[in-house]
Amino acid sequence: MFDINWATLLLQSAPLIIAVCGETISERVGVVNLSLDGSMLISAMTGFVAAYLTGSALVGFLAAAAVGAFFAFMVSFGSLALRQSQVAVGFVLTLLGDSLSAFLGQDFTRLPGPWVTKLPIPLLKDIPVIGPIFFNQDPMVYFALLLVAASYWWIFHSRPGLELRSAGERPEAAFARGVRVRRLRYLYSMLGGALVGVAGAAYSLDVKIGWAEGLTRGYGWIALAVVIFGGWSPLRGALGVLLLVGVRAWIGIYLQPAAGGADSTVVILNALPWLLMLAVLLVVSGKLTGDLVANAPPWLKRPLARLLLVAPPAALGADLKEN
Amino acid sequence: MKPAGWLERIWPSLPILAALLLTSLLLIAFGTSPAVAFGAILEGVFSTPERMLTALAFWIPLALASVGLLVTFQAGLWNIGIEGQFILGALGASWVALSFQLPAPLQITLEILAGMVGGALWAGVVALFKRWGVHEIFGGLALNNLAIILTNFLIAGPWQPPEGGSFRGTVPFREDALLPLLGSTRFSPLSLLLAALAFGLVVLALRNSAWGLRLKALGHNPRSAFLLGVSSNREALLAMLFCGALAGLGGAVRVLSWFDSLRQSISGGIGYLALMVVILAAFRLYLTPLVALFFASVLSGSIVLQLRTQLHSSLGDILTGVMVLFVLLFGDFGRVRSLFKRKDQEDV
Repeated sequence: MFDINWATLLLQSAPLIIAVCGETISERVGVVNLSLDGSMLISAMTGFVAAYLTGSALVGFLAAAAVGAFFAFMVSFGSLALRQSQVAVGFVLTLLGDSLSAFLGQDFTRLPGPWVTKLPIPLLKDIPVIGPIFFNQDPMVYFALLLVAASYWWIFHSRPGLELRSAGERPEAAFARGVRVRRLRYLYSMLGGALVGVAGAAYSLDVKIGWAEGLTRGYGWIALAVVIFGGWSPLRGALGVLLLVGVRAWIGIYLQPAAGGADSTVVILNALPWLLMLAVLLVVSGKLTGDLVANAPPWLKRPLARLLLVAPPAALGADLKEN
Repeated sequence: MKPAGWLERIWPSLPILAALLLTSLLLIAFGTSPAVAFGAILEGVFSTPERMLTALAFWIPLALASVGLLVTFQAGLWNIGIEGQFILGALGASWVALSFQLPAPLQITLEILAGMVGGALWAGVVALFKRWGVHEIFGGLALNNLAIILTNFLIAGPWQPPEGGSFRGTVPFREDALLPLLGSTRFSPLSLLLAALAFGLVVLALRNSAWGLRLKALGHNPRSAFLLGVSSNREALLAMLFCGALAGLGGAVRVLSWFDSLRQSISGGIGYLALMVVILAAFRLYLTPLVALFFASVLSGSIVLQLRTQLHSSLGDILTGVMVLFVLLFGDFGRVRSLFKRKDQEDV
């Protein structure tokens, strides 16, 4: 079971980790950007087309980040300025992002284009075991790892991070204490959206090089579920992504020789992310787990609850009444 | 407070015009004249009676799913899982069509019931997960994808045509197993009757029953509904089953009249479209079937647009999607006006 190529695993997890961090930041400040699936598709398409036309992957990433931020802006503007449901705006943008990416990218499908190349880090890459896994990678992987560390520290251990969380937990109280809730919500949700855009481009310029209709379809929803599984923490969310991608890779390796017919393997592998989604959400937000924790021996209650149960930011998705 | 006059009166049409304008710009950017493109859509819907009936045949399953959603929205539920419920309806009807050989009236009745049971079953699973704490959006979404995977598995495995080979669909069902069609179109008058019945049922449930009132209480404020003794679990489950059965009926109609066999993309997103329809209709009962008709016309006309201009078929989805977005964001005059008011004048 240790035949897994850890370096590949990390590379394949990087885009989802970035998207999960982005959405975690956005939800921590109180904005659910439900449009993830659509914004990832349109930014994957935009990123590839921009990189293809300019010949620069960096331009591609910047364009993708801009598109992602714009989608997030529409969600937060709809909610903060026009008092519409974040879920409704996000859902409409999910479908719109999907069909826009198909239409605008129609002349750019299955073309060879620029992509991200490896950037081995001298000295560090020669460390046994961890060198090849962590330091002989794409810039995308370094970015994802740094992002997890930085966003975790920012959210939970910095002064501005405290304000960020207060805007998502007790916006009225935060406003009364002088936190500019509205401004923070715009700022962090757009930052989160930009990261989601980078995640989309990470697929079309790195992990699944090139653009094809529906390239990342489904990943946005998985990222949204991982944010919940991760208890709105970038660190735990990143571990969730690694677990998901890892389990899928492991089952793939395990099933390939075991099941002679390829059909059933494909069915199981396709169904797996969705079954896992149901299973982990059942565990972390489930009433069943609550009963389990309640009936656990007293000394086990707290650690078990910390491990298994999560709670969303209290004012997630709620209307802002600061005036 | 003086009336805002003419601007307020014409306001609801502005987002729609803006959506048409944006789509026109997109068309110009892709080297197509908007007049030609919109002309092709209109031609695709209205040029012949057959085409009008095709749009109507597309409309019926969409309308069934949309009016079903009115029930779940009334209960404050985001039944995104309607896509899977629609697919399960098609699977249920297909199972009966492939396994039984009964006289036509009995066969079709059984197929339709199986479709409704299939849709309700899938909705019931979402409701069950909801009861265990999994939000209906995620439960529904996972089940949508599982429904697609199940369809592909059935087509490639147990329900594979005897000659094998085809991954695209099952064998065509017997003539007696299909809904009787009007002439050479895909329109079945029987399905129109079913849709009318379903709509009547929804109107009765939401407007003229104590149950509808309880759902409304639940949708507006789950906590106070709980305090008043409305059991949110039970009402939510019933609303989901109701909507699932209607979506399942839509799936059954789709597979038994639009198609003649179970195909890979049997729904092709009709469930998601139904959600867009209801959002654009602003959850209004009598507006919903009309908006569904508009969607069905645009999307059915887009087929001619694609033939005429070689543009990607998603243009119709973009036109309707932008329209829903603009109406959702800017449709309410009061809210948009408040953007331009100074904070100190506002007193909400």
